[in-house]
Amino acid sequence: MSQGSLLLRMELRSNPDMLCVVRGALGQLTEKLGFPATDCRAIVLAVDEALTNIIRHAYLGRAERPIDATFRSIHVSRDGARRKALEVVLGDQGVTVDHKKLSSRSLEEVRPGGLGLHFIRESMDTVEFHRRNGRNQLRLVKFLSVSEPHKRS
Amino acid sequence: MQISARHLDKITIFDLSGDIDLATSPELRKALLRELRELRIPRVILNLKAVRYIDSSGVASLVEGLKASRDVGSRFILFGLNTTVREVLQLSKLVRIFEICENEEQAIAP
Repeated sequence: MSQGSLLLRMELRSNPDMLCVVRGALGQLTEKLGFPATDCRAIVLAVDEALTNIIRHAYLGRAERPIDATFRSIHVSRDGARRKALEVVLGDQGVTVDHKKLSSRSLEEVRPGGLGLHFIRESMDTVEFHRRNGRNQLRLVKFLSVSEPHKRS
Repeated sequence: MQISARHLDKITIFDLSGDIDLATSPELRKALLRELRELRIPRVILNLKAVRYIDSSGVASLVEGLKASRDVGSRFILFGLNTTVREVLQLSKLVRIFEICENEEQAIAP
């Protein structure tokens, strides 16, 4: 994991009512970092879906379990250039989640469920899962691209 | 999320506002399934103009509503999709399966 520059650290509980609080803070953070409006919405969606997956699948819907979220500004070499990016690392102590099973959903099927991981992968540039010392860790990275004016919808 | 219902002749319009996420989507799902499966309302319309955010659990609730409408032969219509909602539905690649209108007048038209 990159050291980067720490921007924000949150200690959360697996409570769905707290998701809106994280979204609010992350929306402000990504805007402050200069991400285009569409990327701000994409990052918020990806992190929200990742937290939802932790609550539903790693903690099996049980509330009050710990989740830690760390947000760093990092620089990564990509396409021969150093690019600024936002790195998000989410950690939990829940059960191991079979991400292959989660991602096996065909988008051609008209049925509810199974979209969360698809949203995460479509929204972020890097998505990495690790299981270490009884903890799940999800690392998400989004590269900063040229900004456009923010539009409120 | 706030949800309120208006009842016209054989039509129910749900006015939704706020965020539809893991915490709130069960309420939406319950309201939709009651209207479609239990009451068998011929046309159920969702006004999404004031929805600030929707996640995959919200999309799943919409899909459940759509499936229920197909099962009972009702129409299930969305209108007032803002940028945020439209982006998420497009990302889900399910946007094409929904009947989407520009405004309420279109949605209630015979």
